[in-house]
Amino acid sequence: MVLTAFFPTCCASADSGLLVGRWVPEQSSAVVLAVVHFPFIPVQVKELLAQVQQASRVGVAVLGTWCHRRQEPEESLGPFLEGLGALFSHEPWLQLCRERGSKSWSCKATRRQGPAPLAPACEDQVMLIFYDQRKVLLSQLHPPAALPERQAGDATASAGGLAAVFDTVARSEVLFQSDRFDEGPVRLTHWQSEGMEASILVELAKRAAGPVCLLLACLLSLVSTASACRVFRLWPLSFIWSKLSTCEQLRHRLDQLALIVSTHRAEGPAQLMRKANTLVSVLLDMALGLLLLSWLHRKDRFAQLAEALVPVADRVAEELQHLLQWLMGAPAGLKMNRALDQVLGRFFLYHIHLWISYIHLMSPFIEHILWHLGLSACLGLTVALSILSDIISLLTFHIYCFYVYGARLYCLKIHGLSSLWRLFRGKKWNVLRQRVDSCSYDLDQLFIGTLLFTILIFLLPTTALYYLVFTLLRLLVVTVQGLVHLLVDLINSLPLYSLGLRLCRPYRLAAGVKFRVLEHEAGRPLRLLMQINPLPFSHVVRTYRLPSCGCHPKHSWGSLCRKLFFGELIYPWRQRGDKQD
Amino acid sequence: MEDKRSFSDICGGRLALHRRYYSPSCLEFCLSCPRISLRALTAVTCTVWLAAYGLFTLCENSMILSAAIFITLLGLLGYLHFVKIDHETLLIIDSLGIQMTSSYASGKESTTFIEMGKVKDVIINEAIYMQKVIYYLCILLKDPVEPHGISQVVPLFQSAKPRLDCLIEVYRSCQEILAHQKATSTNPFRKPGGDKIISALNSRSHLGGLERYWYHQEGKK
Repeated sequence: MVLTAFFPTCCASADSGLLVGRWVPEQSSAVVLAVVHFPFIPVQVKELLAQVQQASRVGVAVLGTWCHRRQEPEESLGPFLEGLGALFSHEPWLQLCRERGSKSWSCKATRRQGPAPLAPACEDQVMLIFYDQRKVLLSQLHPPAALPERQAGDATASAGGLAAVFDTVARSEVLFQSDRFDEGPVRLTHWQSEGMEASILVELAKRAAGPVCLLLACLLSLVSTASACRVFRLWPLSFIWSKLSTCEQLRHRLDQLALIVSTHRAEGPAQLMRKANTLVSVLLDMALGLLLLSWLHRKDRFAQLAEALVPVADRVAEELQHLLQWLMGAPAGLKMNRALDQVLGRFFLYHIHLWISYIHLMSPFIEHILWHLGLSACLGLTVALSILSDIISLLTFHIYCFYVYGARLYCLKIHGLSSLWRLFRGKKWNVLRQRVDSCSYDLDQLFIGTLLFTILIFLLPTTALYYLVFTLLRLLVVTVQGLVHLLVDLINSLPLYSLGLRLCRPYRLAAGVKFRVLEHEAGRPLRLLMQINPLPFSHVVRTYRLPSCGCHPKHSWGSLCRKLFFGELIYPWRQRGDKQD
Repeated sequence: MEDKRSFSDICGGRLALHRRYYSPSCLEFCLSCPRISLRALTAVTCTVWLAAYGLFTLCENSMILSAAIFITLLGLLGYLHFVKIDHETLLIIDSLGIQMTSSYASGKESTTFIEMGKVKDVIINEAIYMQKVIYYLCILLKDPVEPHGISQVVPLFQSAKPRLDCLIEVYRSCQEILAHQKATSTNPFRKPGGDKIISALNSRSHLGGLERYWYHQEGKK
């Protein structure tokens, strides 16, 4: 029977004493947590262990003896150590021994084969596994093993063998609270025995966090009550709010801020990581926004932008006019139906003329509007990008209108054509049965139907061409907006704190462990070093991704193509909660 | 106790198998892959630089030459750090588990450790890869839901791709340790003998192709 003993590396140079830890019978492994040094009073040791057991619900017990001796073995120590075995009875009783200054260890584990105290003892082989106590304490296994709730008494073993070791060390934190400068009755050696680890900044931040969070929570509640006011629920305003992506982004940010400043403690490590990730993401966002603002203000860029905006809009309108003139002629050598062409072309040209007048009307105010919008960049880069996306959609509103007109016309034509084609073949769409049935038509019905069918089919190329051109323009605008939204999504959902943690403290996020065999001599026990295997970056992003606005395209490519063919309107970036058209 | 033998891989390159025996319950196999060949490296570099020079004579832009040098250097560094595996190690520890380590040419190491409680068996499997039939060693993992099922197949030595003779060596030693482990295990749910019937399979091997399970029975004494 091979017994595994997990031994902390910090205790490898400690003086002789008793081994204190937890015995896991299912894996026949002993997890050593600390070494109690001589001299001690057994009653006090038992009291300390009982206290620790009650506070941490881990079955801590004395597992055996540890002997770190000089070159000459001390004869008196041998029977003394064996006498301790009778005092603190534990099955099996470990005896670890190391010669000072050398790497040779010797281990013995004795187990009594019967209940009587004089029953013969059998020895087991021991395999030593060294582990870094601080790293194992601070690290967190992914995926987290499903541990049972803490029950009174001895904690039941968890699912995996190594998860039990991590769990034991993590829960026994109360054992590591005393260092060697404390005047306690029992002297221990563990990872913190040289001095408790703490940071002034962290402590100050903890003290300051309470009042600051309270203040921010009050402000946020004021803002959210103001925004939930009845005035904003009235029809025109609520419609506008639902269409603008800026409002969606602001709402998302408000939710995130509420999460950060909430006064509840985080329940588990996942919640803590989410809070930290959200905080870092918000701070970075604001920092980038302020950077953008300072860059915009530096060389009076607002005036430059405002001056450039109106000519750009004019240029776009001019290009559209040229396009329409081209369509009204003989585009790409195709012959259009002159009458319909002229009607559609003039209709769209008039729209463009209206649009140009509107832009010219707005031009004196544009600089002020831009300046005020630019101020909102201090709320975050994501807000500035959302405003940019909204400005794009406002400026290309006429393209959107043209697309809707073209699509509706084309859709009507396609539906008319399909139903008249069925009539041509003597069939009908049965609405009740949702299928195509045969139907006998009268002669005049057939005559008119065929006539309309020919008219529609000869007008199809013209309408289809207008539809194609405006759909392509609309898709271009949608692509640009989509890229902006993707960037916003990236900033929103990237877990920067977790990535930073993985970069600087890789042992905190553990995917597993790895073992290394240390120098081995024949006849000596096998020694292994257990190190933490950190989680790969892709897994970190996948596990700790923050929930984003959720503006993902809901159509697959196939359904998109189908909708384009039949002329149905497409809204690839529809927000959550909007009604379907 | 250390042992070194040389074998060949499926493409004919030379492999070296180091076997370190620490104790009856701990064994380590280290398989070293063939080194990066100077000929291939020179050929690739020359091709890239000739192509860049050809572009330069067309465009008269000296940025292309510096870009080509940059690309070659970055490509070589990336190849050494992410693609070229120097040696693969398999460490079996009786009561703990099985660990596979791949060391890349730049020194990076990537390790996977599978606990013994999840390991069902270690077998040699046969696969059809393009026009060849190759053998590979793999670990079968237990299905937590179904006691006789298999949840995953983890292939070993995927970059070295040794031939059957080398695999038999490793397989024999693994089976000795697994048998030793099963005999001394106190787990009442562990089956005593080797039950070789596989009911469900979810193979994740990237060697692809058709697979048939084949048990090398003469290795089991």
